Amino acid sequence: MPKIIAKREIAPNIISLEVTAPLIAKRAKPGQFIILMTDERGERIPLTIADYDRENGWIRIVFQVVGKTTAQLSQMNEGDELFSFVGPLGNPSKIGDHGTVVTVGGGTGIAYVYPITRELREAGNRVIAIIGAKTKDLIIMEEEMRKVSTELLVTTDDGSYGRKGFVTELLEEVLREKKDVKKVWAIGPAPMMRATSEVTRSYGIETIVSLNAIMVDGTGMCGSCRVTVGGETKFCCVDGPEFNGHLVDWPEFMNRIARYSRQEKLSFEAHGKSYGEKNG
Amino acid sequence: MADMIPVPERMKMSQRPMLEQDPKKRIRNFDEVPLGYTAEDSIYEAQRCLQCDPPLCVGGCPAEVHIPQFIRKIVEEDFASAYLEILKTNNLPAMCGRVCPQEEQCQRVCVYNKMGKPIAVGRLERFVSDWARKQDTKEELPEIKKKGKRVAVVGSGPAGLTCAADLVKMGHDVMIFEALHKPGGVLTYGIPEFRLPKRIVESEVDKIKELGVKVVTDFVVGLTKGVDELAEEFDAIFLANGAGAPQFMHIPGENLNDVYSANEFLTRSNLMKAYKFPEFDTPIKVGKKVAVIGAGNVAMDAARTALRLGAKEVRVVYRRTKEEAPARAEEIAHTEEEGIVFDFLTLPVRVLGDEKGNVTGMECIKMRLGEPDESGRRKPLPIEGSNFVMQVDMVINAIGATANPIVARSATSVQTNKRGYFTVDEKTRATSREGIFAGGDITRGSATVISAIGDGKKAARAIDGYLSSGGSLRKAST
Repeated sequence: MPKIIAKREIAPNIISLEVTAPLIAKRAKPGQFIILMTDERGERIPLTIADYDRENGWIRIVFQVVGKTTAQLSQMNEGDELFSFVGPLGNPSKIGDHGTVVTVGGGTGIAYVYPITRELREAGNRVIAIIGAKTKDLIIMEEEMRKVSTELLVTTDDGSYGRKGFVTELLEEVLREKKDVKKVWAIGPAPMMRATSEVTRSYGIETIVSLNAIMVDGTGMCGSCRVTVGGETKFCCVDGPEFNGHLVDWPEFMNRIARYSRQEKLSFEAHGKSYGEKNG
Repeated sequence: MADMIPVPERMKMSQRPMLEQDPKKRIRNFDEVPLGYTAEDSIYEAQRCLQCDPPLCVGGCPAEVHIPQFIRKIVEEDFASAYLEILKTNNLPAMCGRVCPQEEQCQRVCVYNKMGKPIAVGRLERFVSDWARKQDTKEELPEIKKKGKRVAVVGSGPAGLTCAADLVKMGHDVMIFEALHKPGGVLTYGIPEFRLPKRIVESEVDKIKELGVKVVTDFVVGLTKGVDELAEEFDAIFLANGAGAPQFMHIPGENLNDVYSANEFLTRSNLMKAYKFPEFDTPIKVGKKVAVIGAGNVAMDAARTALRLGAKEVRVVYRRTKEEAPARAEEIAHTEEEGIVFDFLTLPVRVLGDEKGNVTGMECIKMRLGEPDESGRRKPLPIEGSNFVMQVDMVINAIGATANPIVARSATSVQTNKRGYFTVDEKTRATSREGIFAGGDITRGSATVISAIGDGKKAARAIDGYLSSGGSLRKAST
């Protein structure tokens, strides 16, 4: 059984877990994801792999508490076992030696862009990393990102740390100053990935986004995660999760990830209530 | 023991009907629709059997069930022996008794068809296996001589389970790899509770595990490990990963929020138990007016599930007529009884929606039947200018499945055809690569549970032959 061997709250409501999964750790590559269930009645949720250790056989996941499953997961502790943990799913990032590239991480997206940044650097790229969050407390993995990037730029919406503003503004500055950026990776909330793609479009720079669609099986069987890319229907799980951000039908994607928002809220509230009763 | 009735008397008896839940009640629950034969019903029906020699029915059964023998045991009121007789060839009897299309198989060739209704073999099989489950009747196998060979089975659906059970009885070590967190494949994620209760699938899977088959869940062959890697660890491999990928119509509006594939809709409901939300965490939505596209068994399952989840109106939209509908007649009848409307000769051309992604309607065109096409069915042709908008707020696409390429991509020199299905020798299920066999939907496209079981049996025999004559993938790979 996949066991939690390390747990840290790396920012308020943002948890990092290391889970034993030797087979997955052996094959995992940057850009891929896992699907987990906390217990038998749980939902299958996809999470992008934040890190892996092939030798010691663990996978790191980072998530923000936004619903019932993530709340439950945040209440689990070292030594606890997950009901289900499967992967590595999806396609790895296509990493080559491009020259100068930019990786952009927003919120928990920082954790997902981290292994990609590292691999890009190892492949010989000059990697400018831009990370951003609402406020200082929510900037995660800054030191790790600094280590694996050539240059790290930090921004907060409220200006409490780094530059004040959005990651897109910093990105625009970088692109204006440095004419040689060949490729951009942007991972974060859908509006941030969409805005980033809009910025790079006018510069004609290929931009890769990682789509966190709603999934069930995650292996191409159900089609819950379908998205229109360049006019064609693609499945995030088997055709992605990374796509060219300039070709993604963003309004459709954003509608589809909000499909169950009413039920998700209901489930989260009921969980909060029962957890409070048990532990209050 | 019931009396053996003289043949002329037997021939005058008519097929015993099976009781079913009242349609008005059953559309409010997920309980099984047919209630099954009682012991008395079963004995009566079994007494009708003429015990033909040679029996025609057995030739119609891909699972090779010893039909006359088990029916005879029912007449003798020895239900345990009847069950053990079935188990000699079929490891999934409670399941087969429910979802096998017997009217196309054993019952189609029954001699009684000439003078009335065939022996209800499926209902008898179902009765016997349900009885045995309640009594906890166990199969006592002679000591199996281990042959020291290891076989990997990819997928735990009907083909994989059958092949694994047969192989373990032949003395091989078998490990099944399942991508999902629960075994059973389509029996678990696809077929609804009201047609095949999940406790029955679990019980039959448990029995196969008790035989010694190991089942590894959460293991996606092709991603967690490839077929090529398994080939280094196992002496033979049986690929039975199912057809898997849902097909879409590629019409505008198909990615609106409330357009589901039947696979997603049924997986949420069956595997994830979304029909019990919020007791189970996985949500599902159902519209007030639901259109299901397609007329196969999966379409009937989706339509009836939508109704049970609270849809006010459910319509099945199909471009041909009832004659060409691929679903079992029994399933269509059940669907009609439940008040689901069929719109035959109707083809959706566009799903309409608002800017939030909600479905507001579905534009369709009326069809007529032309000349027969390559499938032998009359080709549906659009009637120009007959477009109309169907008032629906949810659409479920059940037009079929295609091959999921994940497994095939990880299997060097295992050939697939143009549609992505493994090409196999019909008799041995051998693929183009020595030591690798394949069966079920991944070799034939969406078919039936019973054909998958037949494939599993053929493959088990061929794999045993391959291994017994010294064959081994591990040797071939190194």
